[in-house]
Amino acid sequence: MSKHHVTTTINGEETEFLCETQETLLDVLRNTLNLTGSKEGCASGDCGACSVIADGTLVCSCLMLGVEAEGKTITTVEGIADGETLHPVQRQFLEHAALQCGFCTPGFIVATKALLDANPDPTEEEARYWLAGNLCRCTGYDKIIRAVMDAAAEMRGEARAA
Amino acid sequence: MPHVVFAGSDASRFTGGRTELEVTATTFRRLVRELDERFPGLGARVEVGMAVAIDGVIYQDAYAAPLAEGSEIVLIPKIGGG
Amino acid sequence: MNYIIPQSELKVVGTRPVRPDGVDKVTGRATFGADMTLAGMIWGKMLRSPHAHARIVAIDTSRALALPGVRAVVTAADFPDIASEEAFVGEGPMNFRDLSRNCLARDKVLYEGHAVAAVAAASQSVAEAALDLIDVTYEVLPHVIDVEAAMAAGAPILHEDMFTVGIEPKPTKPSNIAKRVAFAKGDAEAGFREADVIVEGRYTTQPVHQAYIEPHACLAQVAADGQAHIYSSTQGQFMVRAYCAKVLGWEIADIRSYPMEIGGGFGGKTLVYLEPVALALARKAGRPVKMVMTREEVFRASGPTSGAVIEVKIGARRDGSIVAAREVLKYQAGAFAGSPIGPGCMCGFAMYDLPNVDVVGYDVVSNRPKVAAYRAPGAPITSFAVESAMDDLARKLKIDPLALREMNGARDGSKTHYGVTHRDIGFLATLEAARSHPHYSAPLKPGQGRGVACGFWFNIGGESSGAVHVNEDGSISVVSGNPDIGGSRASMAMMAAEVLGVPIEHVRPIVGDTASIGFSHLTGGSRVTFATGMAVTQAAERVVDQLKQRAAQIWEIPAEAVEWKDGKAYPAGLNAGAFEPLSLAQIALKAGRTGGPISSEVTLNAQGAGPGFGCHICDVEVDSETGHVKILRYTAVQDVGKAIHPSYVEGQIQGGAAQGIGWALNEEYIYDKDGKMENAGFLDYRVPVASDLPLIEAVMVEVPNPRHPFGVRGVGEVPIVPPMAAVANAIRAATGLRMPDLPISPPKLRAALDAASGAKAA
Repeated sequence: MSKHHVTTTINGEETEFLCETQETLLDVLRNTLNLTGSKEGCASGDCGACSVIADGTLVCSCLMLGVEAEGKTITTVEGIADGETLHPVQRQFLEHAALQCGFCTPGFIVATKALLDANPDPTEEEARYWLAGNLCRCTGYDKIIRAVMDAAAEMRGEARAA
Repeated sequence: MPHVVFAGSDASRFTGGRTELEVTATTFRRLVRELDERFPGLGARVEVGMAVAIDGVIYQDAYAAPLAEGSEIVLIPKIGGG
Repeated sequence: MNYIIPQSELKVVGTRPVRPDGVDKVTGRATFGADMTLAGMIWGKMLRSPHAHARIVAIDTSRALALPGVRAVVTAADFPDIASEEAFVGEGPMNFRDLSRNCLARDKVLYEGHAVAAVAAASQSVAEAALDLIDVTYEVLPHVIDVEAAMAAGAPILHEDMFTVGIEPKPTKPSNIAKRVAFAKGDAEAGFREADVIVEGRYTTQPVHQAYIEPHACLAQVAADGQAHIYSSTQGQFMVRAYCAKVLGWEIADIRSYPMEIGGGFGGKTLVYLEPVALALARKAGRPVKMVMTREEVFRASGPTSGAVIEVKIGARRDGSIVAAREVLKYQAGAFAGSPIGPGCMCGFAMYDLPNVDVVGYDVVSNRPKVAAYRAPGAPITSFAVESAMDDLARKLKIDPLALREMNGARDGSKTHYGVTHRDIGFLATLEAARSHPHYSAPLKPGQGRGVACGFWFNIGGESSGAVHVNEDGSISVVSGNPDIGGSRASMAMMAAEVLGVPIEHVRPIVGDTASIGFSHLTGGSRVTFATGMAVTQAAERVVDQLKQRAAQIWEIPAEAVEWKDGKAYPAGLNAGAFEPLSLAQIALKAGRTGGPISSEVTLNAQGAGPGFGCHICDVEVDSETGHVKILRYTAVQDVGKAIHPSYVEGQIQGGAAQGIGWALNEEYIYDKDGKMENAGFLDYRVPVASDLPLIEAVMVEVPNPRHPFGVRGVGEVPIVPPMAAVANAIRAATGLRMPDLPISPPKLRAALDAASGAKAA
């Protein structure tokens, strides 16, 4: 079984990898590129733990084939912070204690960044529906939503929302 | 003398249905031995599956827990959690 | 009780610092169970039964072994056939024989998804292909799924050697009823004769899964001399080590167990499924083996908690005082005995001071996955029934539901029906906080309803180890034996920092593997902040004693003449002011000259965990067209002892409430006629998502537990107990319908609404 050669950009770096036809982008990220921040919670696109941004669109990397990454620009959770400097979304998650076990957190961070890229001033309801594809079993979403709203406000240059 | 209560059938099935008892034991360890002497098998059951509440405070696996004069000793199923 | 530091002088405990492991978890750096790799690693996969109940006639692995890339295959024949041995280990009753047979079926498969064989191969795709080449010959047997059907005469029997315990005389025929338990106080019959008002109901709940987002995962390595390493996502590394040793027949010292970050557990990761099998494969293959469950496997073969049938009857005088209560509980255990029937029998009425109580419970096996602990195991089920009945009683008596609970509520000195007298409890304080909360008196619109319900959990202590090391530069390492599932690194570091008088940033908490710290029971039962926190606190106190003694040596004064304050040693008494204070760093620098490393490890078996109580207020709106229930507002009040890190205490309460709301409205195992689960995925097993819920207000009532140095009580279990009845009572208020069967899913509620309006029209 011959492998496919794929050239793509991941977290700002041009990246090449070989993958089998049936391998998902999530498999490639985790098992080939050792980018294990993206998590597999379901492999069916229901939990969002594997969320990545591909050419500006939020996708579940478990639903995308590795070969589909050809020529695309992919951002994973590992690419959200600017070196040592956390992204405001990451910082607000920490300050709000918006995580318990932390397993769904990478997906939420990526999904929230995609939300705020698309809509810098979401209502609470808009944030809840945008994040409805990301499951968290620990927090009841309360602190996550507060973190998202405060991150949005911070990125708009406003004072804390709540 | 410490007063022992078996509220649940887990213990009373060893005691012929008896649910209350005065004992001479002064520690949980001695209580286990005393119960087993009087009702064979109960000591082992207590060790594996039961906790003891002494005057309202629950102890699990604590041989040294003291049973004071007049203490209320209650044997209940052991408690776990999630 | 003397708390070690007066509450008013606390500097770290009670604040909300960023958790020490936080940056790793928001950047993707944290290493969870499936993230670990080792050189030469291969992949293991499990073959599972397609049948709910069948005899295994033969297993032929030869075709699988012949497939290129396959390195090993194991079945139950590769494991010792261990004898029945009952134990109570950490979180619940466990029979090691059952555990072994749950990891790999022997003789019979007892549920769809039951593991039958496992293969290790060079890649995941080869391993999957090899599973198709294992030939298992089954003789399919009749199965039983429903709990009452399993109890009925003539039901298919799962275990020919199961005779109901707790019935006299001892039965002579095998049964699916593993055990009957009973608790009684006073004379319930006589009590009911005194009642002016009686409410009765029959309630059912469905099995629900803990549904942690991280599937079970592990990586095993076995050296040629038999020394093994196991890396896994678990609530207890020591549990993994002990259970693997038991199931494999190895010595505990030959297994070193490493706790990886754990992506949720809620009780579901308190036993082993993959680990012994991965170790056996790794030994056979001579290569490290990684095994990761799919979500489907998680649903079919791990967890869930019991589904149940509960009958409840409560009688009261016209003034609201309850005179008698009765409950019959039938809990599903899954394929092996061991449902949480004991706590189920105790928790429902534990909150009330009742003169006459009669409770009977049954632990029942059927062809479903073996149940695992799930947050306050047993309590949410019984409380759904009892708290629904309490709501009916309040309605019948025309008494405010919280007033009814206050009137009958347990207080210090109240004797429960299981014999224990409550002491130092905060139930009435919790009720008072709920009653005075603005939510309780906020106006509702037409079509909306408000419900309240309460919950109780014992909480536990148990064996824990904690070590505090002063490093060469004066920074602090805190090591514990408990995986951090929801912020325990933060609370351990905070308690140590408080005692040592140093900022939290100087304290780095570490979760040790089984060779790095003393034995610890697993993370569960809301015991870690209480019990492990006690060990860490005591270790920190001993370190302070050492630091004072070292300073005394440096100053050449008696140790008693040294005072420890704000992270520094001060000369005290006659020597006050005689020397400049010594910082931790200065003392650490001279550790070698003053006797060697400064550190302490404390091991203990913590007793006296204080019980916790919760009261939840829920507002709903029901869409009569669809039967959909919208949660409008939710407030959860809880007696938390002392909140070490209040944000994570609130998080426990909010998360527990959300899980309970899912249990109430959506979650259930659905089976087809062949006993196969039809909804083994997150699309069809629907846990609450962000758009299903409002903000959940957590109200912490601090009634300190006098048996903990900071007053801690467990907080993680209680919040899942009240929600199902709180939601059902709110639906009752909004629609006039008592919904006794969970989940109250849209089709079920719509049918009930249609039936009610049809009845009205007719």
